[in-house]
Amino acid sequence: MKAKNSPVRFRIGKNGFFKGVVIAFAFSCVIPLLFILAYIIKAGITKINWNFLVNVPKPVGESGGGIANALLGSIIIIAVAAVIAIPIGILGGIYLSENRKSKLAYWARLSIDILQGVPSIVIGIVAYFWLVKPFGGFSSVSGSIALAIMMLPIVVRSTEETLKLLPDTLREAGFALGMPFHRVVLKVIVPCGISGILSGVMLSIARIAGETAPLLFTAFGNPYLSTSLTKPMQSLPLLIFNYATSPYNDWHDLAWGASCILLIFVLVLNIFTKIITRKWKVQL
Amino acid sequence: MESTIVRSIDYNAYFGDNHVVKNVNIDIPKNNVIAVMGPSGCGKTTFLRGINRMHELIPGATAKGKIMLDNEDVMEMHPIFVRLKIGMVFQRPNPFPNLSIYDNVIAGYKLNGIKLPKAEKDKIVEQSLTKVALWNEVKDQLNKKGTFLSGGQQQRLCIARAVAMEPEVLLFDEPTSALDPISTSTVEELFHDLKQNYTLIIVTHNMQQAARVSDKTAFFYMGELVEYDETKRMFTNPRDTRTQNYITGRFS
Repeated sequence: MKAKNSPVRFRIGKNGFFKGVVIAFAFSCVIPLLFILAYIIKAGITKINWNFLVNVPKPVGESGGGIANALLGSIIIIAVAAVIAIPIGILGGIYLSENRKSKLAYWARLSIDILQGVPSIVIGIVAYFWLVKPFGGFSSVSGSIALAIMMLPIVVRSTEETLKLLPDTLREAGFALGMPFHRVVLKVIVPCGISGILSGVMLSIARIAGETAPLLFTAFGNPYLSTSLTKPMQSLPLLIFNYATSPYNDWHDLAWGASCILLIFVLVLNIFTKIITRKWKVQL
Repeated sequence: MESTIVRSIDYNAYFGDNHVVKNVNIDIPKNNVIAVMGPSGCGKTTFLRGINRMHELIPGATAKGKIMLDNEDVMEMHPIFVRLKIGMVFQRPNPFPNLSIYDNVIAGYKLNGIKLPKAEKDKIVEQSLTKVALWNEVKDQLNKKGTFLSGGQQQRLCIARAVAMEPEVLLFDEPTSALDPISTSTVEELFHDLKQNYTLIIVTHNMQQAARVSDKTAFFYMGELVEYDETKRMFTNPRDTRTQNYITGRFS
């Protein structure tokens, strides 16, 4: 009896050990995020107050000041990038999901995949040579275009993947009622995939919100409040990059506060995406 | 004397080089239930989808020949007009998951951008749901999503959606193969009521179903229309040996 039991016991033990290892590694995925969150919030949350949000940075030597210019700048730059990238991305994604085998779809898919792999600094440099140099100056809109290029692959691919999963019977139901193609797409396919499309859009915004490299030679940064699309504009990641590497303690505080706000923004956007995906999901 | 509503003349359908429907000539009389049966891959579904030009939606699919609907060639008409006159119900219930029961019934109007007064919409919804014997079951929950219904109810909802467009012909592509026996019998009973107003063409691989519901039966084999006759006659006294073999289950 004993001789028969011992190998089984050994296997049960091995199984338990394996389970433990898997759980331990799963936990270790969470730890970096927790540490980053704890550290940044601890360093940044005390710097954030109303004045911090509505004032522009003070010159060196004066204490206080805020990040209003970066906050507003980030919002404007991201909004303009979204306005450019979202329609192109969604329409492109629709094309790819509805014409899966065409030659154009093949090349479009390939270039989107390559675009996704292009380093953000390269996109920044390209935007610099195409937009900043010919127009003779740094501008926030050139930064938005660089960020839009970064958003595009995420929006296209998430739209395509979402719509591809919808059953063909749904399209046929529309066609069988005499609906033309554009109505089937707009009234049936897109509404049924809206949660996936939106979550792709939100994730792409979260992705570009913290991008610094494409903005270095495009939006450039601006110590003052600016709303002009054709002038240099400050943004949160630029402010963090510039102020964190400066030798002044007051500026370090601003950078910590800005990091905290950026982190919270991305976090909230991600949580919001999860909620929307669940709430708006069309039960097939 | 029954009048013919659909007549196919030398109809051929292809997937690329694959010739799946071969030279089909068939006369379908008005207000009848026609069953189309045959073994898997015999072209019966392809033929059905050819009648309302759904066949050509598949990349690489082509068709030749004529399909006359009221003396008008379907192949020459714009597919959108064809599909407004010839409704279709699919194998799996496919209500629009983003629409309520009410909106699913009038989807053919709503999604095509046809504006109707509320009273008229209400009338169409009630009449269509009544025709498919679903009104009493769902009249208190018209605003719920269509996908909350059971499979059999969903299929009847899809029939109501097709009926709401007031087509002349209704095509059914194995409409009960995804349903349980009770839902199947409910749908089959519907066919008797529906044929008062419409002509029904039903593809089925269930011989008993063909025998139960249809006035005439067409037997397809290897893309050819082998035999087409009164259902009673076909099942008691088939002329072609292939039909006989199929009916007696000697087929592989």
